[in-house]
Amino acid sequence: MSYQWDFSPVLTRWPLLLDGLLNTVKIAAIAIVFGVLVGLVLALLRLSPRRSLRLPAAVFVEFYRNTPPIVHFFWFFYALPVVLNISLDPLVAAVLALSTQSGAFYAEVFRGGIRSIERGQWEGAKALGMTHTQLMRRIVVPQAATRMVAPFVERSFELIKTTALASTLAYGELLYQAMMVNSETFRPLEVYTAVALLYLVLLVSCSALARVAEARLTAYR
Amino acid sequence: MDYAFDFALVVETFPILMRGFVVTLELWLPSLAIGLAAGLVLALARLSRSRLMRGGSLVYIELFRDTPVLIQLIWFYYAFPILIGVQLSPFTAALLALALNTSAYGAEIFRGGIQSIARGQWEGAKALGMRHADVLRRIVLPQVFKLMLPAFTNRAVEVAKMSSLASVLSVHELMYQGRLLSSTYYRPFEILTTVAVVYFVLIYPATFLSMTLERRMAGKG
Amino acid sequence: MPDPIMPAPILQVSGLHKWFGTLHVLQGIDFSVAAGERVAIIGGSGSGKSTFLRCLNFMEMPTSGRIALDGTPLGRASAGKPDEVRYPESELCRVRERVGMVFQQFNLFPHMTVLENAMEGLVTVKRMKKAEARERALRELDKVGLGGKTDVYPGRLSGGQQQRVAIARALAMEPEILLFDEPTSSLDPELVGEVLRVIRQLAEEGRTMLLVTHELGFAYHFATKVIFLADGVFHEVGTPDEVLKHPRQERTRAFLERFTEFSF
Repeated sequence: MSYQWDFSPVLTRWPLLLDGLLNTVKIAAIAIVFGVLVGLVLALLRLSPRRSLRLPAAVFVEFYRNTPPIVHFFWFFYALPVVLNISLDPLVAAVLALSTQSGAFYAEVFRGGIRSIERGQWEGAKALGMTHTQLMRRIVVPQAATRMVAPFVERSFELIKTTALASTLAYGELLYQAMMVNSETFRPLEVYTAVALLYLVLLVSCSALARVAEARLTAYR
Repeated sequence: MDYAFDFALVVETFPILMRGFVVTLELWLPSLAIGLAAGLVLALARLSRSRLMRGGSLVYIELFRDTPVLIQLIWFYYAFPILIGVQLSPFTAALLALALNTSAYGAEIFRGGIQSIARGQWEGAKALGMRHADVLRRIVLPQVFKLMLPAFTNRAVEVAKMSSLASVLSVHELMYQGRLLSSTYYRPFEILTTVAVVYFVLIYPATFLSMTLERRMAGKG
Repeated sequence: MPDPIMPAPILQVSGLHKWFGTLHVLQGIDFSVAAGERVAIIGGSGSGKSTFLRCLNFMEMPTSGRIALDGTPLGRASAGKPDEVRYPESELCRVRERVGMVFQQFNLFPHMTVLENAMEGLVTVKRMKKAEARERALRELDKVGLGGKTDVYPGRLSGGQQQRVAIARALAMEPEILLFDEPTSSLDPELVGEVLRVIRQLAEEGRTMLLVTHELGFAYHFATKVIFLADGVFHEVGTPDEVLKHPRQERTRAFLERFTEFSF
């Protein structure tokens, strides 16, 4: 192996990569917020006693869980604008794809958390005379929330990784910026290795943060 | 919405999509099989007594789990060949990346399974005078396989979804054909929606199987 | 014919049926309880005794039949279909506020301390001021002998202690009727006594209580009335002496014979 590693062309273009990193964080943060909103709505629909609400939500969730994310990205960027006769910029299309997709997964996290609360807890609260809203707010959701933390973090972790797909829509997140740097430097080994390590650092620090948060949130047990 | 869905186009292009579907299968099943087999070896390394083996396998697993799959694919196609001095075809690079990625996740499934087998089983078997390797092969692994079946099925779902990213490397699989067709005919809505449905038909049975297995095991436990 | 001695019933059940799918668990029950009465309900497992009790505060919804509280029938019957009774949530909540329940599995809230558990109904349901709720919760916790454990989470308590907290939580609501659904069945034998002592103390206060139990010895001393439930109907109803010592029905005798090791 006679290859001479040379990271200097990559390192001198650090502002490009930093830009990409910030855009990755930005798109992830926006998509998590919207994804949680979508997930909450879907979870409420799926927990509803009315079949006419449960069924469409279930179809939506199952469809997203069983199709590849890249299809969602392309569908929102290329297909949807044709139907609606509008144009979407890459960031909007990517956020739509990410938040609907992660919303489907978050919905299952929320629903799973609620359903994991034992029947006795619901009965104990009802027997005191609580209304459905009261027992959800005081008894079920607080307990379910602590059980949702771990799967929620896992899902968000997946979401951050999936943001790399926004590069296929030419949105300037980390991977796309790396491609730009590569086209200027012709140093794919250094560029993609460096960017992979940047992702590694980002994700490892996210999971370290998540562990601290998780320990705080589940303290009462 | 007055968009007219062009069914005739879907029918016309469907054979081309099916050609892509075959490549998707060629990518999906071997990378899953190779990945899970390698995962078992990795899991044994993770649980070995040698610190070097434990550390090395840990780094490997975390590298693959804490970076986006897309960058792994790109790295193996654009960067890795420079390192080894041999150009890889897009298909080979994609297969390699997917298999190695699967091995990292597979290792965690195996490790969880092996550790969940109660110590009593190990002790019981050792009391019969069995050697470590025999205990693993005859007592522990058969139980692990059964226990981990839902997790393996789940992995199969994830790998099928990931395989669509090979389109970025121009592997002529389903998503690639879909992208090509939708730009050729400028009918992204019809083509991409059909692609999504084909993926759903491929993936949903595996999801369903995984849910059924999980439910059946929960019933027994 | 009105009984001049017995006071008017607080709770009245007529024609109560409960189906679980194709299983006919309660097959037409008529029943009433007056203030100060203590009713013990006995019967084999699967006899429907827990289901009966759980219908009284609508933990289970009756399939048909009516339940009246203070002479007012609960729920609204649909026009033309007397069997289809609809119960608005607000009404169910009011009923449950007045009819307290103690469960076999305690059902304490694990994310709240003992004191918070006992205060929860007062603050959330009765909208009582925190300070006032705290005072009343402490009083009830003292009564069940757990005044010293107020800041502990339920997970740290023994089963017997947890059940006593559950009783305090129910008592704090000052219910007119207390339902006990096999309150000692999931306790280790050595912890049964402390819970039964608390229930006996409540009996001495003259509270109206219904108790589903396997503790026949306790039922004999506790109850003013004993009901033997089998196959979804009341097979025998009477005083403890009548039902537990001199049963008239063959079925009751057969059931009691399995408990001969107990002496009353």
